[in-house]
Amino acid sequence: MIELEALQYEFMRNALAAGLAASVLCGIIGIYIILNKIVFISDGIAHAAFGGIGLGYFLGYDPLAFGIVSAIITALGIGMVSSKARISEDTAIGVFMATGMALGIMLLTLSQGYAKDLYGYLFGNILAVTGSDVLLICGLTLIIMAIIFLFYKEFLLLSFDPVYGEAIGLPVQALKLLLLGMVAFSVVILIKIVGIIMVIALLTIPGAISRRHLFGLPSIMAGSIVLGAVFVTVGLLLSYMLDVPSGATIILTAALAFFISTVISR
Amino acid sequence: MADPIISIKGLWVFRGEHAVLEDIHLDLEAGDFLGLIGPNGGGKSTLLKVMLGLIKPDRGEVRIFGLPPAAARGSVGYLPQKTVFDHSFPVKALDVVLMGRFSRSGLLHRYGRDDREAALRALQAVGMAGRAGREIGALSGGEQQRIFVARSLVSDPRLLLLDEPTSGVDSAQQKEFYDLLCHLNRDLSIAIVLVSHDVTAISTYVSKIACLNQRLYYHGTKELTSDEIEKAYGCPVEMIAHGTPHRVLRMHD
Repeated sequence: MIELEALQYEFMRNALAAGLAASVLCGIIGIYIILNKIVFISDGIAHAAFGGIGLGYFLGYDPLAFGIVSAIITALGIGMVSSKARISEDTAIGVFMATGMALGIMLLTLSQGYAKDLYGYLFGNILAVTGSDVLLICGLTLIIMAIIFLFYKEFLLLSFDPVYGEAIGLPVQALKLLLLGMVAFSVVILIKIVGIIMVIALLTIPGAISRRHLFGLPSIMAGSIVLGAVFVTVGLLLSYMLDVPSGATIILTAALAFFISTVISR
Repeated sequence: MADPIISIKGLWVFRGEHAVLEDIHLDLEAGDFLGLIGPNGGGKSTLLKVMLGLIKPDRGEVRIFGLPPAAARGSVGYLPQKTVFDHSFPVKALDVVLMGRFSRSGLLHRYGRDDREAALRALQAVGMAGRAGREIGALSGGEQQRIFVARSLVSDPRLLLLDEPTSGVDSAQQKEFYDLLCHLNRDLSIAIVLVSHDVTAISTYVSKIACLNQRLYYHGTKELTSDEIEKAYGCPVEMIAHGTPHRVLRMHD
């Protein structure tokens, strides 16, 4: 009955709605992050977004909007650099990542009342999610679902064998940038929930568990959405009951499930 | 008269100042099986990419079925050098074969029943119909290779381009693989261009041989003089063609 009691509060309802929408987002995008081996890139994008968030905060505009812009710029930047190949991709990511974090911390520190918000961006604060945030997350999730539905076979080919894809006329570079763009959007939205540092775990853990036990891309996606929803709900309720940080509880729930699943399947 | 399968006239491709392909002329008729040999860095892969429309000629004219290469892609099957992929990638063999239909269906179209039927036919042609529902990673190396051949066949091509398809395949499987190519060439009358650096291995299967090292040495036959091979490889023929069946080399006068 704790569950029902908790749901009396509007912030809990918002948190749960945002968490469930985020599970769908993570379930879909997370699989492509794993299959395309762009986990590090995605993490880099999340950290780089912090620079934009800091700038938005400093200038007194919506930090998330600035975060999205800087994440997109980073995603496209990394995508372009890796195709030109004068700097290796992981070097580029490392540079973007650290620069973004440094800028973010600098700008937030220069603004007033930074401490509480800094903590929120780094570690997430799902309880601070508002009704309009929930709408934003749902809208974005629908857009990404539509893109994946429309380009399902193209993304499958891109993920499996881009070299062959390019040879038979697949627009590999454009699709890669589209994928990185979707990752950038997702990452910034998810920062609200689990924070910059832990966002990559929410993107990869449900998919990583799901693909060990299920077969075929659609079922793996479905499985990973369900797992994400379970982690978010359980994590949220535990954090409410124990009065501990929500983002960390969600990630620890997911991590525990990951280790259990690894032990079971071996 | 029907257009030739491949018609290349005076093709030049430069990388910076340096010519990668120099004045290439090549004609291929229906039913031909061309072995394209030459040293590494001689431009073999570049020539294939030109035929696929991935590299634009700097000079000269390239026509596939009388069309510019990019427009002919739907009727060309391609098998790249050893396909590197994640062996736990969650797709069935049938899904992998279906990927080859992209060149026909293009963006946004979803694969339908005729695509699925084509995929099953292609699997049948390579003797892998029984593996359609298996995960690609669960198949043996030789079976995977056949699945990739099926993928290149699924667009019902009239021309197959193969880029060193047997690297990483053991010699018993190699023979099986070449027999499969002969079957496709003869029984389904698909013209084939087979790139290889292994003169000995392919000479018993192909019907024509060309040797490429910037310039193309080709007479529309299965014979090259040892002089030409020496020119192309830049070293005495004994060193590269040791044990070569004599029919590859035209007799010296």
